[in-house]
Amino acid sequence: MGDPPAIEAIDLVKEFGEQRAVDGVSFSVPQGTVLGLLGPNGAGKTTTVRMMTTLTVPTSGTARVAGHDVVREPAAVRRSMGLTGQAATVDELLTGRENLRLIGALYGLSATYMRRATEDLLERFSLVEAGNKVVKEYSGGMRRRLDLAVSLVATPPVLFLDEPTTGLDPRSRVELWDVLRELVDGGTTLLLTTQYLEEADQLADRIVVIDQGNVIAEGTPLQLKDSSGAAAVVVTVSHAADLGSAEAVIRSVVPEVHVEPNARQLTAPADGLADMTRIAVAFEGTGIELDDLGLKRPTLDDVFLRLTGHRAEEPEAEIEEAVS
Amino acid sequence: MTTLARPEIRDIGLLRQSLVIARRNLIHIKRMPEMLMDVTVQPVMFVLLFAYVFGGSIAANAPAGYREWLLPGIMGQTIAFASFIVAVGLTADIDKGIVDRMRSLPIHPASVLVGRSMSSLLHSMIGIVVMSLTGLIVGWRIRGSVLDAVLAYLLILLWGFAMIWLGILVGSAMRSVEAVNGVMFTTMFPITFLANTFAPAENMPGWLRHIAEWNPISSLVQAVRELWGNTTPVSSDAALPLQHPVLSTVIWTLGITAVIAPLALRSFQRRTRD
Repeated sequence: MGDPPAIEAIDLVKEFGEQRAVDGVSFSVPQGTVLGLLGPNGAGKTTTVRMMTTLTVPTSGTARVAGHDVVREPAAVRRSMGLTGQAATVDELLTGRENLRLIGALYGLSATYMRRATEDLLERFSLVEAGNKVVKEYSGGMRRRLDLAVSLVATPPVLFLDEPTTGLDPRSRVELWDVLRELVDGGTTLLLTTQYLEEADQLADRIVVIDQGNVIAEGTPLQLKDSSGAAAVVVTVSHAADLGSAEAVIRSVVPEVHVEPNARQLTAPADGLADMTRIAVAFEGTGIELDDLGLKRPTLDDVFLRLTGHRAEEPEAEIEEAVS
Repeated sequence: MTTLARPEIRDIGLLRQSLVIARRNLIHIKRMPEMLMDVTVQPVMFVLLFAYVFGGSIAANAPAGYREWLLPGIMGQTIAFASFIVAVGLTADIDKGIVDRMRSLPIHPASVLVGRSMSSLLHSMIGIVVMSLTGLIVGWRIRGSVLDAVLAYLLILLWGFAMIWLGILVGSAMRSVEAVNGVMFTTMFPITFLANTFAPAENMPGWLRHIAEWNPISSLVQAVRELWGNTTPVSSDAALPLQHPVLSTVIWTLGITAVIAPLALRSFQRRTRD
């Protein structure tokens, strides 16, 4: 546990003219873990990643990747990390294999290694059959997978992913998550930016929430959700006529119940699984038919809304009614 | 599934890194041969148009006729468009994030530009070969010594080198391939015509003749024409650069490079570093 962090940012600042895109961001990522950098469009996520990957120089502050300073030792940083940018930066007119070989050649990797690595990566990313096809003919998901494969050619210990699943359909997204989990299991340290709360929830060990260039919250997904308020037991009755008696049953266990007649739903703030079990037991033998009974934890979306006052995925002028 | 051990990353140096990138650019041409139209179909079309459609009405100072006089002019235009080729390729790479990808690798920062320059120069030289062959078919001949002939080709190559910097400048400054096309068409096209490329400058109105004769492209074209024996030396009232075309071509290329190269590098860095 005494290992130095794989990625470290200390008070990073980036100014573009008058504007402060990143305004004092600090975090550290222990080896072999995943940090999710969560924030809305324009929060400063990409600029932060660009500073960490030596693409742009910080106005002030420092950052280290695998122990190397991004400003003083950019070459060492580039040797220790892979980057997958926001848009798939694979070459459309090259085949999948050619794309991998191009990057391998620039890394100066041996031919023997590259032959093995090319086949291994194509297999791992389900691109064996498409390997000799020009990337132009790939689907969005295939491009993303190839993009990630290209970043892994030199098997870097640290990987930066800037919105890796933006624009992917749900199935491709889940497939990519699986691949990322395998990488982390193999010991890779991951920093990923995302606008999708679910993605951070699924992959990240720790989450740093940034908005307008500032870190506004940090913690494990569970900590962030807990900070946003307690869980609730939600009961849905099959027949609206039972709402009254169901309310009485729940009140016998917990003091507070909210009834939503239209949804045939009753919501009770609860401590957790213990309360839910007691409520479930209380319904036994009452003859009340239930559609559903479950524990609802606050989502990261709720967390985000509470922290920033706006949703992560910008709403379409939809007014969401607050459920208290 | 096996996890690969970390391989040894080796610095293969600027030259080999640039060659790898140039090779990748050439694969683009292999996959999309229509990219070569700008140095094949287009100049051949110009040769045919000017040689057969306009040629009869243009009085040129040429011992062996207009067609022979015309060819170095079209070569001058073709090599000036090398800037176009560099700019289009560079803008596309910046726009698609390829340059960022390269910059995140442990390679020499100049290799993207050097590789792009190598492949673009080769692209243009294909055009020069096509032009030479087309010329031979329509009656163009080299009438000077072998040494002079080689010197003429070297001047064309040197000119292409200067044009690369212009291409890097425009390619870094423009935000899209469409913008590059727009800017280059509205500037390079008139500039290559406002010279002695297609019609002798002597026949132009005084002020225009002045501009045309001081146009750097005129020096190149005059130098190549004289070295290949496709023209007679200019009249004594022509502008100074045309009196010494070889020397002035060298001075022009060095001058253009000295002015534009620093601007181009700064523009490229500014574009890619933020």
